[in-house]
Amino acid sequence: MSSPEQWTRPEPDAGPAATAARPTAEQVIAGLRATDEGGADLVQLLTPEGERVQHPDFDIDVTAEELRGLYRDMVLVRRVDREANALQRKGQLGIWVPLLGQEAAQIGAGRAMRPTDMAFPSYREHGIAWCRGIPPTDLLGIFRGTDHGTWDPLEKRFHPYTIVIGNQVLNAAGYAMGQKFDGAVGDDDGEATICFFGDGATSQGDVHEGFVWGAVYDAPLVFFCQNNQWAISEPTERQSRLPLYQRARGYGFPGIRVDGNDVLATLAVTRWALDECRNGNGPVLIEAFTYRMDAHTTSDDPTRYRLSDELEMWKLKDPIERVKVHLVKQQWADAAYFEGVEAEADVLAAELRDFCVAMPEPPAQRIFSGVYAEASPVLDAQRDEFLDYVSGFAGGEH
Amino acid sequence: MAAALNRALADALDADERVLVFGEDVGPLGGVFRVTDGLAARFGERRVFDTPLAESGIVGTAIGMALNGMRPVVEMQFDAFAYPAFEQITSHLAKMRNRTRGAVELPVVVRIPYGGGIGGVEHHCDSSEAYYTHTPGLRVVTPGTPDDAYALLRDAVECPDPVIFLEPKRHYWTRGDVPLGRSSLGMDRALVRRPGRDVTLIAYGSMVSTALETAEAAAEEGWDVEVVDLRSLTPFDDATVTESVRRTGRAVVVHEASGFGGYGAEVAARLTERCFHHLHAPILRVTGFDVPYPPPMLEEHHLPSVDRVLDAVARLQWDDEVVRSGVGA
Repeated sequence: MSSPEQWTRPEPDAGPAATAARPTAEQVIAGLRATDEGGADLVQLLTPEGERVQHPDFDIDVTAEELRGLYRDMVLVRRVDREANALQRKGQLGIWVPLLGQEAAQIGAGRAMRPTDMAFPSYREHGIAWCRGIPPTDLLGIFRGTDHGTWDPLEKRFHPYTIVIGNQVLNAAGYAMGQKFDGAVGDDDGEATICFFGDGATSQGDVHEGFVWGAVYDAPLVFFCQNNQWAISEPTERQSRLPLYQRARGYGFPGIRVDGNDVLATLAVTRWALDECRNGNGPVLIEAFTYRMDAHTTSDDPTRYRLSDELEMWKLKDPIERVKVHLVKQQWADAAYFEGVEAEADVLAAELRDFCVAMPEPPAQRIFSGVYAEASPVLDAQRDEFLDYVSGFAGGEH
Repeated sequence: MAAALNRALADALDADERVLVFGEDVGPLGGVFRVTDGLAARFGERRVFDTPLAESGIVGTAIGMALNGMRPVVEMQFDAFAYPAFEQITSHLAKMRNRTRGAVELPVVVRIPYGGGIGGVEHHCDSSEAYYTHTPGLRVVTPGTPDDAYALLRDAVECPDPVIFLEPKRHYWTRGDVPLGRSSLGMDRALVRRPGRDVTLIAYGSMVSTALETAEAAAEEGWDVEVVDLRSLTPFDDATVTESVRRTGRAVVVHEASGFGGYGAEVAARLTERCFHHLHAPILRVTGFDVPYPPPMLEEHHLPSVDRVLDAVARLQWDDEVVRSGVGA
């Protein structure tokens, strides 16, 4: 196996290592195929053209008011996302993690949750944060660099963003096991936990262990995988041979692939899954089939690894546009309504901007706080020495 | 420095067809810091390839490939992202030679961008060297300059032992001349970057430049400061460092990582054991505080700065000193 002849020899006239490799034809075809229609099992209730379709297993009755609410949620979180992205470009944020394109997956899942349910996000879940009642301004600390986290996870029932890939899945499994041990599971009033992660995370050991633990303890846990087709530069085929939702079968619980750009389908499937869990029939895996329309983060350049054709294809499946078309077709919203939502988005964006630029610098001594429950003499001495040292500069001694 | 590392990988891939490069986003993207830029295109996807997102898998399969005669050079995307691979590194990569009475060697290089100073968010700025230096069987090296990045990485790829190769990420964009010939210094030797008579600053990785800047500033205050760049954390070059400290009689160890239980504690202890009768002052450490790595806006306070190192130099009991060579202050 290790014969040197088996390894590819470099091209004799290969140039210097200065440019990125272009995707091969196979990669292009594989990518387009993978992000095509999602397959026969895809649960969809609202087509990209805004047509309401029926599904034998999952359906949902929504009133005009509810659908307008979902539309408003998506428009507002998209505006927050775009504004934050712009703030990063202007140097007001160190980095931003765009959610563009994943609004339906997040609003659908977020609005399926009850206040008593618990959520464990990765780091792109700004739409879930919105649904948990976290003001968008609270998201800025992490990305401006003032804080590691700003909300109380237990009060908001929304865990801190987890940046290391997939770690939160096990934490969610433990939380859900606790709900079960506490007797908070077993009927319609039960509690449930939902955990968010991406397609790339499904390769991590922690995620597999989370599946195993969730399964053998019958945990009330919805594994919500947003398959946005790309783990930075790696397409989902690098993580799995088979569609991700089918993995659930091997662990012994149901797996459902939902159109993650369809807010109605995502709401219906997630609500069902959470209800299954709160009644004691968990866990459930949901694969929300969607697309990351922007970069992985503002530090990333997707033109190095994927084709713009793919993005253009997904723009036709925009999660917001199809709801707007449907609202118009149903005569559930008029121009004044849409203008009103836009105006609200403008205000929200302005508030975000104003808040961001006015954020005070965090005090230096904060780095010594929140390390241990009780005061640590060693650390306290270190802090005092540091503050003495800093005050020396203020006094002009150095 | 990133370009020097890129060239070292290219030259290593060129020199030995058993060398493989893999990790997350190292293929078409060229790595998030572009260290593997262009390598997949040049050497093909069988030798430079993207892996699933699982660091334990990356190191675990590297071990298997090394067992099968290959020489994997793998990338952990960030310092704190390497922890899922910790078991494969400490229990298997480090111990295989010992477990097999020397029958099996694992020439694996684990490249890890480490340290702060780039405004990185949580888990992107750890200095994790002490976890690895505390593990017998691993060699741990870290370059402080672009030329050393090239030389050390070439040496690491050829090393018969597993090497944890720590890249100070804030220096990825540092420029410098890089001789492409092979260094005669070798991988295990520390290097006196600047000679001096009064005090030895011991640094590695990102802190080498901080120590050199401190030496410049100290010179204006009358101290003649020697700077030793450790390069290799394991094995530790006792001879070079001990010689320097016996000569100067004073030492400060500088690193970004938290001080308590940090690598500097080992350096200070060894030097105390070997140089006690030559010392004019206790060996001091200037390190990150014993706190989780702070958010970007606060990291400047946490990271050793020229001022903090200079402050330590000033505290080395100069008042009792008779051999001080400088003037002023």
